[in-house]
Order: sequence, then structure tokens, then C-alpha cells
Amino acid sequence: MKIFIPTPLRQYAGKQDAVEVHASTVSDALTKLTSTHPDLKRHLYTDDGKLRAFVNLYLNDEDVRYLSEKENTRVKDGDHLSIIPSIAGGIDLLLFDGACNVRN
Amino acid sequence: MTVSRRAWHKMGVALQPQQSLLSKLMLRIVQFEYDAIRQHGEETYPHECCGVLLGRTDDHIRTVIRTVRCGNTRSDSPHNRYHIAPQELVHIQRQAREAGLEIVGFYHSHPDHPARWSQTDLVEAHWIGCSYVITSVERGQAKITNSFLLAGELEEDKRFENEAVSVAAEVATIANESTR
Ligand SMILES: [Zn+2]
Repeated sequence: MKIFIPTPLRQYAGKQDAVEVHASTVSDALTKLTSTHPDLKRHLYTDDGKLRAFVNLYLNDEDVRYLSEKENTRVKDGDHLSIIPSIAGGIDLLLFDGACNVRN
Repeated sequence: MTVSRRAWHKMGVALQPQQSLLSKLMLRIVQFEYDAIRQHGEETYPHECCGVLLGRTDDHIRTVIRTVRCGNTRSDSPHNRYHIAPQELVHIQRQAREAGLEIVGFYHSHPDHPARWSQTDLVEAHWIGCSYVITSVERGQAKITNSFLLAGELEEDKRFENEAVSVAAEVATIANESTR
């Protein structure tokens, strides 16, 4: 199967935008990816080995979090796994309120 | 809750980045696409707009060749929050790859707020090495467009650095220069 690597992580995956692995499950695919490219590990996982919360995994068009077997979902050769860090932000209204209400 | 100004600063709040003296960071974008992202902000006003910048990266310079409009999924608070559906990003990443381009950054608007990154923008930015373009839209009119590079190596040391925005008249100019 093919794993698509997002722009920020390509430098840790031999500058490739996709990496081919032979794997049985999503989790196996990630293990194979990070054993070939160990530098990816600390970017994808926290120190206690959990996938970082902002990292989305899509198996073809499905969010892995919503698959019944999640990362234990079986994969086949033609599958695509996309690694997609989240994109979000916002204006800090509380900051403006807080800064105006500062009293000593 | 009372928080002193000093405490805010300690938490890194309200501190804006200094222009890096070591490198000349730059985002180059063709006029047509520059106008398009500003117009997007005017169209969605008073809500935040958001989208993706596709192009190429060459050391300190990111060149935007195409922009893609996205929907803001934060319908609960669209005037001060934005979020792009990961599903949409999966498709865009695939299309970019097929076109020989990469995701070089993202854009969003700040309705009636300055074109500066917020603490929330920084906390929720995870594409290190990519540009985050912000346009201030005042009373429905696009004003200032700034770009910030998400620098650092890991989540733990990420930061925004100011980068210059250079608008080129034509795609040809930008494409030729980027292959030099
Ligand atoms: Zn913002």
C-alpha cells in the first residue's frame, strides 16, 4: 500500500511524498513506515507512544478514527493511507477581553 | 479570573515574532491568486475564510502557483474560528501531487481584526515549514495580507516568523524564477 506524506514530514521520509509499504493493518503500515524512516517517529507520536492528537489518518477516504477496528483495520495492496495534520485557528477574543480587564 | 499582563507575556501571549535576520523568508504569489484569497475573505465576511496554497518550496522561498478555497467547518463560531475538514485536505493533497505541486501553506481571514497571528493560530498550526497567510478584512474590505512561516522542528519548539509577501504579475515570471 501507499502512504502519503504531508509536506512537513517529507524531509524525514527521504524527501518522498509517498512511501510504499507491505502491511496487514493500518498500525502495521505505520510501524513499517517509521522503522524505515525512524526520524518520523517523534513527529507522529508523543513521548508515551500515542499518535499526536492533531495527526489525522485517512484510509482511502475514511477517517481511521471512525472505522470500527480503527488502526487494526486490515489493509490491502492498492489502499492509500494519508497522513494529514489538522488545519485550524482563530481570533483570541478572550485575550482582548482579558487584557482590557487587567486590574492591580 | 484576573491575569496580569506579565503573566500573559510569560505564557507567550501577545508576543509577535521578530523578523529573522538570518534568512530572508519569502512567500511569492501570482497577482491573480493573491487577489483571489483577499476576495475570498471579503465574500465570507463577517466569517473567516480559509484555503490551501499549492506550489513549490525552495529553501527560504515558497512559491504559490495555485490556491484552493475550502469551506470553514466551524459553523458554531465562524466569525472567529476556522477549520478545514481533513477529508478536504486529503483530496487537495492528492490533486497537488498529481499536478506536481505540494501544499506550501494555508490562508485565512481575520474579520475586523489585525492581520497578525493569534495564540490560537499558533497552538493549532501543525504544518511546520509551511506559510500561514492572514488577511485582515475590515467592514467587508480586505486590508492587509501578511504571511508567517511556521518555523521550528517539533511541536514543542514551533513558532511563527514574519516573512515577506512578494506579488508577481504573471505566472510565467514566477514559474521561470522558481526553476532558476
Ligand atoms: Zn487567525
